[in-house]
Amino acid sequence: MRLINLNAGRFTPLLKILPFVILALIYWIAADARHALNPEDKLLPTFEAIGDAIKIMVMEPDELTGEPILYTDTVASLSRIAQGLGIATIIGLIFGIVQGTLPLFRALLSPFSAAISLIPPIAILPILLIIFGLDESAKVALIVIGVAPFLVRDTQQYSMELSEELLIKVQTLGASTWQIILRVVLPHVMPRLLDALRLSLGAAWLFLITAEAIASSEGLGYRIFLMRRYMEMDVILPYVAWITLLAFVMDWSLAVIIRKVFPWYRKEKK
Amino acid sequence: MSYLQIRNVWKTYEDNVILEKLNFTIEKGEFCTLIGPSGCGKSTFLRMLLGQDTPSRGTILLEDQPLSSEPGSDRGVVFQKYTLFPHLKALENVMLGLEMEHSPLLGKVFGSTRKRIKEEAMVMLKAVGLEQSAHKYPSELSGGMQQRLSIAQALVKKPKILLLDEPFGALDPGSRADMHVLVRGLWQTYGLTVFMVTHDVKEAFELGTRLLVFDKVRNDPHAPNAYGATLVNDIKLDRNKRKYKGETYDTINETPVA
Repeated sequence: MRLINLNAGRFTPLLKILPFVILALIYWIAADARHALNPEDKLLPTFEAIGDAIKIMVMEPDELTGEPILYTDTVASLSRIAQGLGIATIIGLIFGIVQGTLPLFRALLSPFSAAISLIPPIAILPILLIIFGLDESAKVALIVIGVAPFLVRDTQQYSMELSEELLIKVQTLGASTWQIILRVVLPHVMPRLLDALRLSLGAAWLFLITAEAIASSEGLGYRIFLMRRYMEMDVILPYVAWITLLAFVMDWSLAVIIRKVFPWYRKEKK
Repeated sequence: MSYLQIRNVWKTYEDNVILEKLNFTIEKGEFCTLIGPSGCGKSTFLRMLLGQDTPSRGTILLEDQPLSSEPGSDRGVVFQKYTLFPHLKALENVMLGLEMEHSPLLGKVFGSTRKRIKEEAMVMLKAVGLEQSAHKYPSELSGGMQQRLSIAQALVKKPKILLLDEPFGALDPGSRADMHVLVRGLWQTYGLTVFMVTHDVKEAFELGTRLLVFDKVRNDPHAPNAYGATLVNDIKLDRNKRKYKGETYDTINETPVA
């Protein structure tokens, strides 16, 4: 039988878990081997050591804040990324639709936003730090600047995908420009924008962790870079896993929202 | 005066003459079909009727008023495809035109107005035989059903003239025949004025009360674009089509609305 016709059938869930199990196994063997040579090894802490570290960062209140550090860091990071992505989405929606639907504004803004999107966001982080200082807004601004131009350009593209026939048709139904945007362009663009947002989650986390590593006093990225100085791999590794899990949950929730709120979207795509 | 007047209309793109010296009128209640070889400017003419394009010379008057230079609700249209709103169910697709009329700001109505509009749209859906599919999305409908929906969507706005741009071109012969019966029935019950572009000659003869043919009368082999197409044939088909084919429509339309 050809490989393209082979299906895992009821073993599919098993296959999905397999790579994760293998990775954990390899880690366990490697950590074990290193500890056999040097019981003080810090590079690959054993699962027990990691478990102890997790217990401390989840249970024990920090001297400064009175809350466990994982909690403080998670709240700080999530609030920054939520604000950054929220503002970026609103910018993407407004400018994308305006540039995609109204030729006058497209002529005015499209080359400009294309140019803006080519600026490497990290390159202007120093500028943001000068302007906003070590305030929260510098970190939020970096995420916005990193993600918004991408969302604007995508949304513009989606708005322009609407067929000419459809736009003529809605005009013969007596629609004004505003009504066309509200009842035709917006519903067309929304699920696609959320899809684009899913794709930009990786970039958003990248910018967040960069900003936190450089100028912050709490946050997931800050903690990882702080712990690097003490080679505390037993904290860094669970933090990385935790960030990955958070990113996964965000991606998955967006997928669920798209499916529930825009049931016609997947059907249309088929 | 005549309902729709085409007065010395020319359409040129730079040096290319597409249409020249078009002069004819269409009366209220006529079912005009337009045929012609491809590239004869049928679609260009329809674009001008729609307001997507303006004549280079001459004027088009609808009820003695010049056509506005952008599409409007006085002219309904059904294209070959791509004219349904994928995010709205069938009934909502028909309601949309009425909703936007009643709510300039939101384009959406609520409460008793919504109920009334819903009923009005439902009547229209029944007229095209889609009452069973009112709560389906367009992607769940067959090609023929999508075209029915598109017609209902246009008719609910009560346009002065209904423009059909090869509306059945993408359908299989069976559903095309069904659509012919439906469109003739709607034309009769609602007293519509229809202008249809098609490249199916048989369809043009069967459906219309009047058949228009566009073609080039002059041709310069050295300058193929120097002359445009014009109206070469204007055939009055059976004037009594409305009455004598009546029995066919009654089977699909038990309850005439208009």
